[in-house]
Amino acid sequence: MAGLLTEASAPGTTARERTRRSRLLRLVLARAAGSVAVLWGAVTVAFLLIQLMPGSTVDVLLARSSVTPRVRAEITAQYHLDDPLFIQYLSYLGRIARGDFGDSYVLRQPVWDAVGAQLPDTLALIAATLLVTAAGSVVLAVLGANRRRWVQSLFAGVESLVVALPPFWLGLLLLTVFSFTLHWFPTVGASGLGGLVLPTLALAAAPTAVVAQVLREGLLRALDEPFVTTARARGIGELALRVRHVLRHALLPATTLMGWIAGSLIGGSVIIEIVFSRQGVGRLVLSAVQDKDMPVVIAVVLLAATVFVVVNIVVDVLQWLIDPRTRGTGRPA
Amino acid sequence: MSTESRTPPAPAPVPSPAPDAEDGAATELVRVEDLTVGFGRGRRRVEAVRGVSFTVRRGEIVAVVGESGSGKSVTARTLVGLAGDGADVRAATLAFDGADLRRLDARRLRALRGRRIGFVLQDALGSLDPLRKVGAEVAEPLREHRTVPPAQVRDEVERLLDAAGVPDPRTRAAQYPHQLSGGLRQRALIASALAARPDLLIADEPTTALDATVQQQILRLLRARAREGTAVLLISHDLGVVGELADRIHVMKDGRFVEEGPAARILTAPRHPYTRALVAAVPGEEIRAAPAPGPELLRADGLVKRYRLPGRPGLTAVDGVSLTVRAGETLGVVGESGSGKTTVGRILMDLVAPDEGRVVFDGRTWGERTRAERRAARRRVQMIHQYPLGSFDPRYTARQLIEEPLRAARVPRAERADRVAELLGHVGLDPGVLDRRARDLSGGQRQRLAIARALAPRPDVVVCDEPVSALDASVQAQVLDVLAGVQERLGVAYVFISHDLGVVRRLSHRVAVMKDGRIVEEGTAEEIFHTPRHPYTTALLAAVPQPRRAARKRL
Amino acid sequence: MTRPRIGLWLGLAVLAVLAAMAAFPGLFTGVDPDAANVNALLRPPGGGHWLGTDQNGRDLYARIVYGARPSLLIGAGAVALALVGGTLVGVAAAQLGRVADQIISRLLDVVLSVPGLLLVFLVVAVLGPGSSTATIGLAVVSLPGFARVARAEVISLRGRAYVEAAYGFGWSRPQVVLRHVLPNALGPVLALATVSLGAMIVASSSLSFVGLGPRPPTAEWGAMLAGSREFLALAWWPAAFPGAAITLAVLAITTVGRHLQRTVDGSTV
Repeated sequence: MAGLLTEASAPGTTARERTRRSRLLRLVLARAAGSVAVLWGAVTVAFLLIQLMPGSTVDVLLARSSVTPRVRAEITAQYHLDDPLFIQYLSYLGRIARGDFGDSYVLRQPVWDAVGAQLPDTLALIAATLLVTAAGSVVLAVLGANRRRWVQSLFAGVESLVVALPPFWLGLLLLTVFSFTLHWFPTVGASGLGGLVLPTLALAAAPTAVVAQVLREGLLRALDEPFVTTARARGIGELALRVRHVLRHALLPATTLMGWIAGSLIGGSVIIEIVFSRQGVGRLVLSAVQDKDMPVVIAVVLLAATVFVVVNIVVDVLQWLIDPRTRGTGRPA
Repeated sequence: MSTESRTPPAPAPVPSPAPDAEDGAATELVRVEDLTVGFGRGRRRVEAVRGVSFTVRRGEIVAVVGESGSGKSVTARTLVGLAGDGADVRAATLAFDGADLRRLDARRLRALRGRRIGFVLQDALGSLDPLRKVGAEVAEPLREHRTVPPAQVRDEVERLLDAAGVPDPRTRAAQYPHQLSGGLRQRALIASALAARPDLLIADEPTTALDATVQQQILRLLRARAREGTAVLLISHDLGVVGELADRIHVMKDGRFVEEGPAARILTAPRHPYTRALVAAVPGEEIRAAPAPGPELLRADGLVKRYRLPGRPGLTAVDGVSLTVRAGETLGVVGESGSGKTTVGRILMDLVAPDEGRVVFDGRTWGERTRAERRAARRRVQMIHQYPLGSFDPRYTARQLIEEPLRAARVPRAERADRVAELLGHVGLDPGVLDRRARDLSGGQRQRLAIARALAPRPDVVVCDEPVSALDASVQAQVLDVLAGVQERLGVAYVFISHDLGVVRRLSHRVAVMKDGRIVEEGTAEEIFHTPRHPYTTALLAAVPQPRRAARKRL
Repeated sequence: MTRPRIGLWLGLAVLAVLAAMAAFPGLFTGVDPDAANVNALLRPPGGGHWLGTDQNGRDLYARIVYGARPSLLIGAGAVALALVGGTLVGVAAAQLGRVADQIISRLLDVVLSVPGLLLVFLVVAVLGPGSSTATIGLAVVSLPGFARVARAEVISLRGRAYVEAAYGFGWSRPQVVLRHVLPNALGPVLALATVSLGAMIVASSSLSFVGLGPRPPTAEWGAMLAGSREFLALAWWPAAFPGAAITLAVLAITTVGRHLQRTVDGSTV
C-alpha cells in the first residue's frame, strides 16, 4: 500500500508544479482583464469630462485668440468635433488604444512628446523614493520591533509626526536647513544626483513612516502567533525565527501598501517637483491644469492609472508567491 | 483506518544519557518543586502559578487538568523556558534529566528544546506556520539539531508523518497547513514535536477542537509513544480526555494543584470539592426520562440545502432531513463538524430557505404565513448560539438585550421590569449584571443571558446550537442544569445541536444522528445510547471518553 | 493606559482651539491679516510681531489665525461630502442587488485607479481653480473609501448573529436596519472620517501651495507657504510657522481619530 502510494506520487510532483504555474498564469490573465476594464472605464470618464467641460472644445482650442468663423469651422472639421458623440467616442477610444493622446492645446506638440521629455526626471525621483522607502522602513521596523514599552511609544510617536508633516513643508524645511543654511545641496532643480537627495527625502518621509509602522506592527503580531512559540519550542534561534517565519508574515500587508504608495507617488511627486523647481511631469501637468490643456492632463492621468493597475497586478503576484492561502487551492483533505 | 495499524518502527538508539539503573531516581525525567511564575511588577504582579510541584518519569503520562486561566499552560511552557515575556520564574527545583533548567543559558536551552523536549501546542492551525509547507515544519527540528544527515531529512519527514498516522505522507509534506484537516494538522504537529526523538513530549490541549473520533486517534497516538518510553506531560481542560490516558493527574485551579494522585483514584474517589465538581461534569451514563409525549410542534419534511462554491462542485449540506419536535421535549441533533446540523437548525428557524422540503410549525409552513403572521410566529422559535457574544448588539447593556424581544412583542413598559426579573430568576443571574455590557460578563453569565433573552418572547421551541461547547467543564454542567430546569418549569421544547454526545445525553429525550447531511439514525435517547444500530452511531459512542469505566477497569 | 489618554486630551484641546480660531478669529488677534506694511518686510519673530512678518510685511500670527478657517474648511467639507455620498453609494451597493453592486464597485475601481492628487487636478482642470472646486475634487478622491467601508460593514452586519436574532424577535426589516445595522455600521465610517480628515487637510494645503486652492491674498496656510518659497534664503519663519500649524492640526486629528477607531474596533470584536 505504502509502496503503491510512493510510486504514484513521484510523477505527481511535476504535475503539481505545472498546475501551480498555470494557476499563476490564470491569476495574471484574470487580473489583466479586470485592469483593462478599469482603464477602459477611465478613458470613458475622461472622454465624458472633456464633453462636460464648460465652453466648447473649440473655444478651449482657440484659447485667447479671436478668429474668423471660417478658421473656426476648419478647426472643428480638423478635430472631427462635428461628428456624432458616439463616433467621436469610438475614434477617441481607438486613438488612446494606439497610444495617441493627440496634441497639446497649448504647447502645439504631440502630448506624448511633451510627457516623454519630462518623464525621465519624474521616474528617477519616484524610483529613488521607492528605494528609500523600502530600505528605510525595513530598517526602522526591525529596530522598532521591540517589546519594551518606551521603544514602542517612541517609534509610534515619531511615525505619527512624520505622517502628519505635509511633504511640501518638509521640502521647504530641508531646503532652508541643508541648502540655504548649510549649503550641502543645490538650491534649485539640478537634475544630477545631488539634486535628487532632498526631493527624495521629502517625498519618501511619510511613506517610509507608514510602511515602517505596518511592518513593525506585523512583526510584533507575528511574534505573538502560536507558530512562533512552536518554532521556538523546536529550539531554533531568534535570528532564524525572524528570517524563516516572522518576516514573511509582516511582508504581506506591507507589499499591498507599497503597491498603493507606488501608484500615489506619481501624484505626490508633482508637489515636490514644484517645491524644488525640478524638471518633471509635475510642472507639465500643473501648467496644463491651469491652462485647461485637457489632452495633457488626461494623458498623465491615464498614464498614472496604467502604472497603478500594473503595480497592483505585480502586488497580487507577490502575494500569491508569499502566501499559499491566497492561491485558492485550499481544500481540507 | 486505525492508528494502531501504523505502529511506527522501533526508535533508533538516542544519543542521550540512558537510564543506567532501574530505580526510580534514574527514570525520573522532570522534577519541579515549589514552582511559582509571576507576571508584571509591584501591584500589577499576577501570579499564574503558585507553588506547584510534580515529577514525570520516563514512559509515564502525567496530566495537568484545569480550566482556562488556571495556570496549566504556563506551567508547561516554563519547562522549555517559554513562559512568556517578563515572566518571573521561581522554584526550589526545576530539573530536566538532572540538569537545572534555571542555570542553562539561552543556547543550551535551545539545544534542549525540540531535541530532548518536544512541545505540541494547542490550536493546530495556528501552531503550524501557514506560509510554509507541512514538510518544512516537520523537518525544522531535524535540520536545527542535525539529528539526521541533510540528505535523509526528506525520507525522515515522511517516516515521521507516517508514524503519526498521516496517510500519503509524501503528498501531505508538500502541502500547506490550511490544506489539511484539523486532525491531520494535529498529527503533523505531533510528528514535528517527536521528530528529534525527544525524551519528553509536552502536549498542551492536543485534542481540543477536534471531532470525537479524531480525538480518540490522537490520544491513541500519544499512548503508543508513551509505551515506547517517551514521557508525556499532558495539559487539558477535559478530565474525560485525560482520565482515559493519564497515569497520574494533577488538578489545577488558580495556579495551585488542589489535588493529585493516580488517575483511577481521582476519577473514582475525588477528595477536593473542585475535583468532585469536575468529575461530576464528566458525562455519565444516566439518561433523561422521557416526558409524556406532547403534541407535534415543529416538523421538517425532506429538507435539502445545497451550496454552490466558486470553482468547485456544489456541496449538499443537508440531504433529505426529516424530523419532528414535540412540545416540551428535547430533540438532540448529533454530528461532527460539517455534518449539516447547524444548517438544519437555521432552516428550522426560517433563517435559511431550504432548496427542497418544508418546515411546518404549529400546523403551517413558514411560507404559508403572511408577513405579519410570520413575524409573530418567529417569536415562538428562538435560538441560543455557541458564542452568545456574537448574538448581542455590542452597544446594548444586559437589560436592553433582555428587553429587546419584549419591546418587539409590544409588552407594556410597566410589565417589562417584572418580566426581566422573572427571566433572570429562571437562569439564575444576579440583577447586578443588568447594567453591564455582555463583553464584561463571564462566559457562563453570557450564556445565561442568552437563555434569558431567548425565553423572553415565551417561545415554544428554542434551537440551541452548541450552547455549551465554548465553556469550561464545570460551567458547562451549570448551564445544562439551567436549560433542564427551565424546560421542566416552562415546558419549552429544545432542538439541541451538538457534536458532543456526552452533552447531548444529559439533556435529550430523543436523538437524531447526522452524517454528511443525512440523519443516519433516530430514536429515543435510550435506544441511541444503549442499543445503537447504525455503525456510525456506534463509532461515535466508542469515541466518547469513558474515564470512569476505564478507571474501574484499572482498579 | 495613562499615556494614550494624555494624547487624546491634548489632541482634543488642540482641535478645540483650532475650531475656535476658525469660528471667531477676532478673539485671537486684533491685527488685520491682510494689512501690508512696506516698513516691516520679513521681520523676524519677536517685538510687535511675535511670529514675525511675511514678504509683504503682514503679521504672520494674524494670518495663521485667520488662515484656520479656509485651511480646515476645505478638508472638512470634502470629508463631509465624501462621508454622506460614500455612505449612500456603499449602502446602495450592498442593498440593491448583485448587478448594482457590480456596477458601483467597478466604477469605484476606476476612481481608485487614479492617484488622488491627479484626480483632483483633473477636477480642477474641468471646473477651474478655487475653494469649492478643491472641496469637490477632494471629496471625489475620498468617496470610494467611504463607499467601500460602508458597503463592507452593511454586508458583514447583515450576517451577524445579533441581526439574525433581531429578526427572530419579530422586528420587520426596516426596524432591524434602523436599530442594529445602521448604528453599528456608522462607527467604522466615522472613524474613517476622522482619519481621512487629516489626509484631506494635508492634500488641500498642497493644492493651495501649487495655486489651485483659494485665490490670494486669502490667508491660507498652504498658500502662505507658497509665498514664502522665494524668500527662503532670507527668512525661515514665513515657511516654518504655517507648516507647523498644518502639522499640529493633522497630528491632533489623527490622534483623536486613532482613539475613535480603537474604540470602534474594541466594541465590535
